[in-house]
Amino acid sequence: MKAISRRRSLPLTLGSMAALLAACNSRSVKAAAVKPEKERKNAPEFSLKDSQGRAAKMSDYKGKVVLLNFWATWCGPCKIEIPWFIDFEQRFKDRGFAVLGVSMDEDGWEVVKPYLESKKINYRVVIGNDQTADLYGGVSSLPTTFLVDRLGRIAGVHVGLVSKSVYQDDIEQLLDQKTSRAGEPAGTAPRAVRAG
Amino acid sequence: MLVSLLALPLGLFAQGNILTAVAPPRVTAQKNSVVTVKVAVQLRNGYHVNSNSPEDDYLIPLKLSWTSDPLLTEAVVYPAPKKEKYAFSQKPLSVFTGDFEIATRFKVPPAATPGLRVITAKLRYQACTHQECFPPKTVEVKLPVDIVN
Repeated sequence: MKAISRRRSLPLTLGSMAALLAACNSRSVKAAAVKPEKERKNAPEFSLKDSQGRAAKMSDYKGKVVLLNFWATWCGPCKIEIPWFIDFEQRFKDRGFAVLGVSMDEDGWEVVKPYLESKKINYRVVIGNDQTADLYGGVSSLPTTFLVDRLGRIAGVHVGLVSKSVYQDDIEQLLDQKTSRAGEPAGTAPRAVRAG
Repeated sequence: MLVSLLALPLGLFAQGNILTAVAPPRVTAQKNSVVTVKVAVQLRNGYHVNSNSPEDDYLIPLKLSWTSDPLLTEAVVYPAPKKEKYAFSQKPLSVFTGDFEIATRFKVPPAATPGLRVITAKLRYQACTHQECFPPKTVEVKLPVDIVN
């Protein structure tokens, strides 16, 4: 945390801007998608039906790290991520992790159910709508993926296709993190600090 | 990547001006004839839309649909699609990019009443970049048609 504060206090000279740009390809910046705890806001609540007709709420996932993925069957980049999410669901489930897919398909289950079956999707999927998208800041391109910490707060967001390793770093960081309710410094510092 | 780091407001990615479609300002259509009209489509650099015949059933095709009364829509002719490979696709996709034209042949019935009409078309498309996709959108195109004897 201290390192982040120090970095923020630096004057934004051309040199520091160049360093920032150069760091865009580095692991340290890659992992910085996970925000410090004090900057996290609660993930908005919703209640949407899953493919079994059961209501899924964000509050159902308190205590778990959640990868909340807005996607659609017509979205090519989303298709690439699906096998990654299947893998994460399988690998991290026992550590208190879940993937929740929010399909933005206008045609609903008619197209989504066969797609889930064809891709052998092992995580929960609900059908979203404009209201859900608005709750999350007006999701207007896909994929858009939010990482939610164990206290139900948005710890990071990725808009567009990023790499599997970026997600994995984020997830592992959040799973390892000892969160505190009052937004006190976390037990595990963000990787951006450790690598920096 | 940088986008996700800075957590820019998502609204910035609205599909607003990704595609524009423009019909000629006015066409003259003689009764009992065939008229061809071209709609000019401009797609912003770096974006693509699925062609009218994407190979994957889940992809949303580009489609131009006219409400052309009293003209009869005989055929909508799309340009030849490009086959392009994207980071997210295992095989090349059938897409349109850049500037292209969609031609429509209208039959003007012999009994059409002379005068100025405005006919409309809806162009439905779904655009993506290499990294992200935007929800399907429909834009309306208006075409003033002067029917003459």
